[in-house]
Order: sequence, then structure tokens, then C-alpha cells
Amino acid sequence: QGGGSAVIDMENMDDTSGSSFEDMGEMHQRMKEEEEEEAEGEAGAGEEEDGEFLGMKGLRGQLGRQVADQMWQGGKRQASKAFSLYANIDILRPYFDVEPVQVRARLLESMIPVKMINFPQKIAGELYGPLMLVFTLVAILLHGMKTSDTIIREGTLMGTAIGTCFGYWLGVSSFMYFLAYLCNAQITMVQMLSLLGYGLFGHCITLFVTYNIHFHSLFYIFWLVVGGLSTLRMVAVLVSRTVGHTQRLILCGTLAALHMLFLLYLHFAYHKVVEGILDTLEGPNMPPFQRVARDVPVVSSAVLNTTAKAIALTL
Amino acid sequence: FPGLADVSISQDIPVEGEITVPVGSHSPDEDYSTLDEPVKDTIMRDLKAVGKKFVHVMYPRKSSALLRDWDLWGPLVLCVSLALMLQGGSADSKDDGGPQFAEVFVIIWFGAVVITLNSKLLGGTISFFQSLCVLGYCVLPLTVAMLVCRLVLLVGAGTISFIIRLIVVVAMFGWSTLASTAFLADSQPPNRKALVVYPIFLFYFVISWMILTFTPQ
Repeated sequence: QGGGSAVIDMENMDDTSGSSFEDMGEMHQRMKEEEEEEAEGEAGAGEEEDGEFLGMKGLRGQLGRQVADQMWQGGKRQASKAFSLYANIDILRPYFDVEPVQVRARLLESMIPVKMINFPQKIAGELYGPLMLVFTLVAILLHGMKTSDTIIREGTLMGTAIGTCFGYWLGVSSFMYFLAYLCNAQITMVQMLSLLGYGLFGHCITLFVTYNIHFHSLFYIFWLVVGGLSTLRMVAVLVSRTVGHTQRLILCGTLAALHMLFLLYLHFAYHKVVEGILDTLEGPNMPPFQRVARDVPVVSSAVLNTTAKAIALTL
Repeated sequence: FPGLADVSISQDIPVEGEITVPVGSHSPDEDYSTLDEPVKDTIMRDLKAVGKKFVHVMYPRKSSALLRDWDLWGPLVLCVSLALMLQGGSADSKDDGGPQFAEVFVIIWFGAVVITLNSKLLGGTISFFQSLCVLGYCVLPLTVAMLVCRLVLLVGAGTISFIIRLIVVVAMFGWSTLASTAFLADSQPPNRKALVVYPIFLFYFVISWMILTFTPQ
């Protein structure tokens, strides 16, 4: 009944009419009071007044609801604008604009040290290749941890693998970028991430081979050759972008050390060395993670272990 | 209208819109009808949709049913059943053995999100949830492989059982990868299919590895 009226009487408006909840509460309160008044025996004429009053109240409640609704719409619009601004993955889109041929070429190039260090070498600021290499390294690490029956206390296998690989990639990149900033090298953060990421290709190859074939000396050969090649490439590129002997030395020394030591760490921390070789070569030094001797159910590693023991005896 | 002279409206509240009290709900007819149907009908309809998608995964044809009406019920059921079956792994120490339940869950969903973001960044035309739906449904062959592995391990745990399990898991891994590639690769520009397929390959490889290395007590 109050719906047809087009007149808004603002006399009854008070300050709290912005919230429709309070209006509803007041409406209920008034209705209860009016019922009590009716129960006391008011005349029938009071009913019409009540009806009109309810109509006014209903109108005011409606206005309050309108305002609340508009505030909700405005808030929602602002929230979706903020979301589309910050959660926009299009910011990263240019870094993923690659062709498979380019990725393959860059993977192979990461093992070839450049000769020209007087001329700044071009680094592609691309993130697809490095990201895929980090995930591949995680998968290889998982494989190595499983076959060596490593037990991780206070954590999970997957969490440790992801944490190690991503921590290395992001952390060492940031640290090297900071050092490069101190040493006035011409390199951006994305380029640093890309360079270090492609350097992990050597790590992937080495670990993939040596987690399956447990020869100690084979690992050292791979460490020197493959790790060394990718380190030389990264170092050469950095040197070409830095001036000054001290700065070059600092940057390249740090990068080479971190890169090679990471490979060493990955091999020894997450991979069971054959028991016989451990006893003969390394003595009482215990590896950092606790190891529990278990049966290794896989046939292939049993065969390889016996051959490795045979070779250890001959060494 | 005697009261109009006193009307003073503050400027910052735009007084516009309908001044009518809505009578009852004005929901369209479809809402009304699905709200009132018996629960059995709703459940059966959803189950049929999920079942149809399972069939599409097992026999991957070029159909768009998986993509058009995506739902995440199937992936949830598959993920939970795979995580449950991977429990009870060999554990002579109390705190580690097979992967934890939460680990499997996080791997599957996080991996699917990463692959989806990757395919979107490479210029894919498929939406976020459609891709999640496809990747989740394509875990079905690997769940079947897990079931078979558990049955084989009940019989024995020797070399022959390992070879059988290896063959089954590799076959199912190939099936999963092919099925999801059939659905997802179409949405990519033609020369970049390899870039999208590789992360899918890695994702199913990690899940297959978890299944293959599962050893019960």
C-alpha cells in the first residue's frame, strides 16, 4: 500500500537511516509497541494510522536498502578493479613469448662459453625456459630422493625439493643481482633470473645421469665438465657486462662458487652413496640427513651397486 | 502537497531507482524449477555429467563436452581417491613413508594451476577453470593404474610385480598425457604446442613416479 506513493516525507528521517538493519530493528520494535497498544484496547481508527505509519517506515526501510545496495555495488566495482590491476598475469606475458626452436637453441647455448668478452653479450629476458628447468630439477631431485630412500624429518619430500630448487633460483638470482648492482654490472633482474635458470640445465643433466649410475668418479667428472661449462658460460656473459677487474672478480667468483657448490650439495645431500664406498673413503663423517638402511626394492640399482662395489675395490 | 516545501535531499545520496516494495522473489523459471526438484534428481544429473566426462577421457575424441560444461567434482573425487590409495606406504619411522595426503592434494592442484597459468601466458584461448577441469579429469587413467598396482602388490612384491607395475603405470601415464594434450593443445597457437605439452608431461610424470614408488608395509 505504501508502494504507490511518490512523496518522500523526510521529517521522520533520522541519522541512522543509512543502515537497513537498524530500520528493520526499529520497525520490529515499533510493531511490538503498536501491538501492545492495540492489546490495551485502542480504537479501530488507530489501525489506519498504524498502517500509514508502517507504510512510511517501509518506505524509509526501502531507501535504506537502496543505499546499502549501492554501497555494495560501488565496493564490488572497486574491488574488481583492484583485482584486475594486481592479479593481471598479462604483466608476465612478454616473458613467455618464445618458440620451441628458440628454447632449444638457448638450452644448447647455455653449455657453450662465449669467446668475446669485450662486447656485452645479449641475454634473452625469458622466463619460460628457466621455469621449466627448475621444475625438471624438482622432478629429478624427487627421483633421486626416492631411489636413495632419503628420510626427511620435519618436512616432506616434495616440499624439500621444491623449496631447495626454487630457493636457489630465486635467492641466488636476487643475491647476484644485488652484487651486480654494487659492482655496476649491466644486467636486469629478469636477465639474471634467465641466465641462472638456463645454467641449471647442466645441473639437470648431471643429476639425471648420476642419480641412476652410482659411480663416484663419474659424478666428479660430470661435475667438472658439465658444471664447469655452464659456469664458464655464465661467467663469460657477466664479465662482458662488467668493467673493472675487482668487480669482475667478485661477481664471477661468487657465481662460480655458488653454482658449483650447489651441484655438489644436491648430489651428496639427497643421494645415498653406496655403503661400501662410504666406509672406505669417507670414514666416520655422517651425511647431513639421517639415513636408515632399508631394502632397495628396485632391481636395477642392486645390479649397479654390485658393480660399483667391484669398482670401489679396484680403486 | 504541503510537505514538499520541507524536502531537502543531500547531494551525495543519488535518489533514483524504483520506489516499489518487491512482492515476493522474482527469480526466473529455471531457478524455481531446479530449486524445487527432489535432491535425487539433482544428484543424478550431476553424476551423469561426471560419468559422461569420464567416458570422454577414456576414449579421447575431438569433442568439446569436457570444455563446455566444466565442473570440478570429477577431479576432486579422483584426487581424493588417489591420495587415499597412496596412504599406508612403507613407514618404519612414524613421520615419513609414502606421500602425505595433503602432499598429493597440493601437488595435483598446484601443478594444475601452474600448467594453466603457463598455457594462458603462452597465449591460450582456454579459460582457467576449463583447463583445471581437463587436467583433473585426465588423472583418471593414473588412478586406475594406482588401483591395479595395489592389487598387484597384494599378490606379491617381487621383480615380476615390479615389471607389471612399471608397464601399467607407463601405459597409463602415456594415456593421461595424450588425453589431456588432445583437449588442451587445440587452444594454443599451432607452433607452440610443444611448449604446453612439456609441463603436462612433467606433471603426470611426477604423479606416475609417486604411484610407481609406492610400497606398502
